[in-house]
Amino acid sequence: MAQGKIQQPKLGFVGYARFFWRQLTSMRTALFLLLLLAVGAIPGSLVPQVSSDPNGVIAYRRNNPDTAAILDFFQVFNTFTSVWFSAIYLLLFISLIGCVLPRTKHHFDALRARPPKTPARLSRLDGFTTRTTEADTTSTLEAAHRVLRSQRYRTEFYGDSISAERGYLRETGNLVFHSALVGVLVAVGIGGGFGYTGQRVVVEGYAFSNSLASFDSFNPGRFFTDQALDPFAVALDSFEPVYEQSNRQAIGQPVDYTANVTTTLRGEDPQSEQIKVNAPLSVAGTNIYLLGNGYAPVLTVRDADDKVVSSQPTACLPFDSNLGSTCIIKIPDGLDQQLGMLGFLYPTTGTLESGALVSVYPDLISPTLTLEVYQGDLGLDNGQGTNAYALNTDELEQIAGRDSEAQTVKLTPGDRVDLPNNLGSVELASIPRFASLEVHHDPSQVPVLLFSILVLIGLVTSLFVPRRRMWVSARTDDTGTTTIEYAALARGDDPNLEAAVADFADRHSQQLKVRVDS
Amino acid sequence: MTETFASYSLIAVYSAMAIYTIAFVLFAVDLARRSAESGDAAEASATGLTAASTRIASVVSSSVGGSTAGSTATLTTDSVAGSGSAAPHGGSPKYLRLAVAMTVIAWVLHVGAVVLRGVAASRVPWANMFEFTLTATALIIGVFLVVQFWQDLRFLGAFIIGFALIALGVGTSNFYVDVVPLPPALQSAWLVIHVFVASLSTGFFALAAGLSIVQLMQSRRETGKALKLRFLDTLPATDRLETLAYRLAVVGFVMWTFTLMAGAIWAERAWGRYWGWDTKEVWTFIIWTIYAGYIHARATRGWRGSRSAWLAIVGLAAIVFNFTVVNLFFKGLHSYSGL
Repeated sequence: MAQGKIQQPKLGFVGYARFFWRQLTSMRTALFLLLLLAVGAIPGSLVPQVSSDPNGVIAYRRNNPDTAAILDFFQVFNTFTSVWFSAIYLLLFISLIGCVLPRTKHHFDALRARPPKTPARLSRLDGFTTRTTEADTTSTLEAAHRVLRSQRYRTEFYGDSISAERGYLRETGNLVFHSALVGVLVAVGIGGGFGYTGQRVVVEGYAFSNSLASFDSFNPGRFFTDQALDPFAVALDSFEPVYEQSNRQAIGQPVDYTANVTTTLRGEDPQSEQIKVNAPLSVAGTNIYLLGNGYAPVLTVRDADDKVVSSQPTACLPFDSNLGSTCIIKIPDGLDQQLGMLGFLYPTTGTLESGALVSVYPDLISPTLTLEVYQGDLGLDNGQGTNAYALNTDELEQIAGRDSEAQTVKLTPGDRVDLPNNLGSVELASIPRFASLEVHHDPSQVPVLLFSILVLIGLVTSLFVPRRRMWVSARTDDTGTTTIEYAALARGDDPNLEAAVADFADRHSQQLKVRVDS
Repeated sequence: MTETFASYSLIAVYSAMAIYTIAFVLFAVDLARRSAESGDAAEASATGLTAASTRIASVVSSSVGGSTAGSTATLTTDSVAGSGSAAPHGGSPKYLRLAVAMTVIAWVLHVGAVVLRGVAASRVPWANMFEFTLTATALIIGVFLVVQFWQDLRFLGAFIIGFALIALGVGTSNFYVDVVPLPPALQSAWLVIHVFVASLSTGFFALAAGLSIVQLMQSRRETGKALKLRFLDTLPATDRLETLAYRLAVVGFVMWTFTLMAGAIWAERAWGRYWGWDTKEVWTFIIWTIYAGYIHARATRGWRGSRSAWLAIVGLAAIVFNFTVVNLFFKGLHSYSGL
């Protein structure tokens, strides 16, 4: 016996597979993975994510190139789709399935099985209580049976005792909860793949169609095909913001945004509709959301011969809450030189003590557009994509602005100013608004919602339905007095077990009393 | 009008804080008294446990008595399981009663402050950090008070009132903002539901964490490590504390699950997607996972007891972190602090 070495059984491939499966599906591993998932999600909140904050990622890369390289290696900018995060949750879900499947079988068997035999000594169990009655054993047990059935117990007679069990719903709920979680994951994984998201900035008076070419940016799901785009067009008729005017603490704060649009489905009459922030518009199963807004001044550029070279709106990006905005205007063709303009729009113009302009209210009350004008090479002709909202001044020379002889161009609506070097002129024709719309089609939504509801129902039943066994045993002695014993066993957390036994005993007594009285 | 109501609301909350402070001191005095009297009370073991079983015993005996009267059959209660010798507890001590009374008075003022703030703003009073703090603390103390009808958890008074007082102090001095209208993104019925349930669940999690802290202290004592806090003698034993903490945390967890789902539904309406790993969403998920872990820990060998208690405490810490640090310093869509 006392050998120095411990003999371990040899495990073949199947043996090891079984061993790892056991390990993976054990509660300890599941708990470890669950907590690891929580810890693993933290970096995703500390570092900007490509999915939720792409500009933040760009800024982070610019400011911390060295750290960004390390973070890139660990895919932290895409934490929630990273290999390691996916590994954690996939292992967790495999572990969960490995746990739920055998339990489902076990529960299915339990649902058809008879309640277990009455234990010999009930006095050792929870809530043990006894009563005496003059009724005989049979009628005592019959009465107990009736009460148990009325409390929805499943019952079984064993000699002079009844074994009863209730609360199978608790385990059912638990299994529904876990299965529905798998359902959510599958629905997100598959359904999300057929969806798409497209963003589009639309200026008042303009329209766009729901097609790939017309979006400013587009994120297709894994299984997306062009046919998934429902054929419709949306025109922005007007955009109406409402700003607070009476509350002195909140002057200028937005109170309401309404985009009035006309939608046209192929082959149908145009419809007038509204889109609000919490009220997206549904067109043919696709939702259109209002995500942002701002101004898109129309700058008319003429050449030296007064011929209009360009006259179109340019959406300006707001940089403060009063919609002070940055406008980048590029005129690649039509003039002697390529022209780039860096503009600042102040919808309601105020002046700081330093003399700098500032917007003091977001509505269009006294707008000013300032322009720093550059000439040279815009860098558009080399075939590389450029950011429409940024001006690369490397190959450009400032001809009007702080760093040049000519002053910054200042325009109010209707103003027309000649450009230096006899290039032509610019005129601020009008300042329409733009709305930034998102078209989102996500077939996973409905299944995810349904599974989520199942998750909640399953959770509540698995936590609050008590599962308990109850036993009633009766014995009549020589004098004709019947002693009844009651006891119960909790299966899972059951705060009211003892009270339930006492309550049952009382009801039973009540029944017996009625019997004996009659 | 708005400003008048808002200032009344502030007066009410300052008054509430003053009275809470008195209640806090009284709860602390009660703990000190427990230390002094722990010798006598040692046999009475767990106050909560004894009180609960006394109640069962009395219910049982009274109903049995009622049914026996006027009947020929004799039905007698031989024993009430597990009640043991229900040690008579000479009513609750006066400091404790006074502390609870003060808490109730302060809470009424506190709720008044919440209502006045809502009237001032003509909307639900939980749309910025100050208002969240005001309402959430009222809910936490409300849960604390209501739970007393279920279990005597007054020994947590110093913890809960202290927690709420710090939150209110920071809220009124650092987070205060004037009443402003709701931005379009918050104009939704989900603001009422989502935020309210989230705040309410915090009340349950706070109590669970308080019980878990006591549980850890108690567990150190029970394992023989000298902890010179004699009042622990008068508090329930670790397993009892663990069970109570679990039952409260479970209620909180269901609400938190609902919060998460309601938030997702709202996010779909307002932002065009139901889940986008926004910083606040990430932390809501983390908290959900921690408490899911907590619930599973109780069914895992080696995790029952102190380890699962730590999870309940970490969970509350994550909630406080989510509310303060994430709101104030993390960039995200939930930037409604108003600061």
